Amino acid sequence: MRQLYFLFIGIFFGIIMFKSEAASWFRIYEMFQFKSFHMYGIIGSALFFGVIIIQVIKRLKLKSAFGETIQIPNKEKSVSRYILGGTLFGLGWGLAGACPGPMFTLIGAGFIPILVVIFFALIGTWVYGLFVKKLPH
Amino acid sequence: MEWIFKPWPWYIGGPLIAFVMFLLLFLGKNFGMSSNLRTLCTICGAGKSTRFFDFDWKTQQWNLLVAFGAIIGGWIGVNWLSDSIAVQLHPDTINQLHQFNIKSAGEAYMPEELFSLQALSNPKVLITLSLGGFLVGFGARYAGGCTSGHAISGLSNLQLVSLYAVIGFFIGGLAMNHFLLPYFF
Repeated sequence: MRQLYFLFIGIFFGIIMFKSEAASWFRIYEMFQFKSFHMYGIIGSALFFGVIIIQVIKRLKLKSAFGETIQIPNKEKSVSRYILGGTLFGLGWGLAGACPGPMFTLIGAGFIPILVVIFFALIGTWVYGLFVKKLPH
Repeated sequence: MEWIFKPWPWYIGGPLIAFVMFLLLFLGKNFGMSSNLRTLCTICGAGKSTRFFDFDWKTQQWNLLVAFGAIIGGWIGVNWLSDSIAVQLHPDTINQLHQFNIKSAGEAYMPEELFSLQALSNPKVLITLSLGGFLVGFGARYAGGCTSGHAISGLSNLQLVSLYAVIGFFIGGLAMNHFLLPYFF
């Protein structure tokens, strides 16, 4: 039963990614060209509500549906891994025009070549895993 | 209800993404899609090659279900919830893309020159898609998250390091978009 909740949240998320056009290569291109407010509006309004939601959860020490206190882990401290990793991610985002969430949505929407992007995203993840100890973090 | 079948404006999409993040927190989980790429590597046996993938993937089953749901959601979006899927772009964007020979700009959801089956026979397209995918996968794990993990979850939780990651996303994205992308077309 619990598993079904996650499936439904995913379906809802996929519909949002598709219908808000956040999964469109064109929207990502236009965002980096600063020709449209659309993507900035999506990320900005998600953040506006996101900050409020997390502050409320933390201050009121809200419990999850299963009775545990909701844990929101802090991210590991560093600068280099975020700037370097982020920049590499951004180069890929600007080229393939899809980040990991929309990649899944685009399979369902029938854009078969996205499978090439996903396959190489898996290779990229694997190569990172191979070199994780050698990279500056 | 007519609006459902039109493209959703940002002030619908953005708050709904925050709501997805809330639903996952309410179920005791954290919103982050790129973790699924690591889990899929583990399922494919990557744990044998390096310890980074040596973990019990069943603990991430919930997230794979979210990803599987996102596939179904994409199908529902295109088949049941859309009358036209062409993305309305700024005229300047359309002109610019036409110069790069992306003629489908303004008339399609994804550029046919990159995301149609015929396009796959073009080696340049294959390089674009595979290099893009590789960088997204490698970069997301290196940065410890992607757009959902950092730009939404991390920034919502006021994590300074997520701001560094998002600054990185834009350094890379802008460099690709303005200086490198023309060489791929």
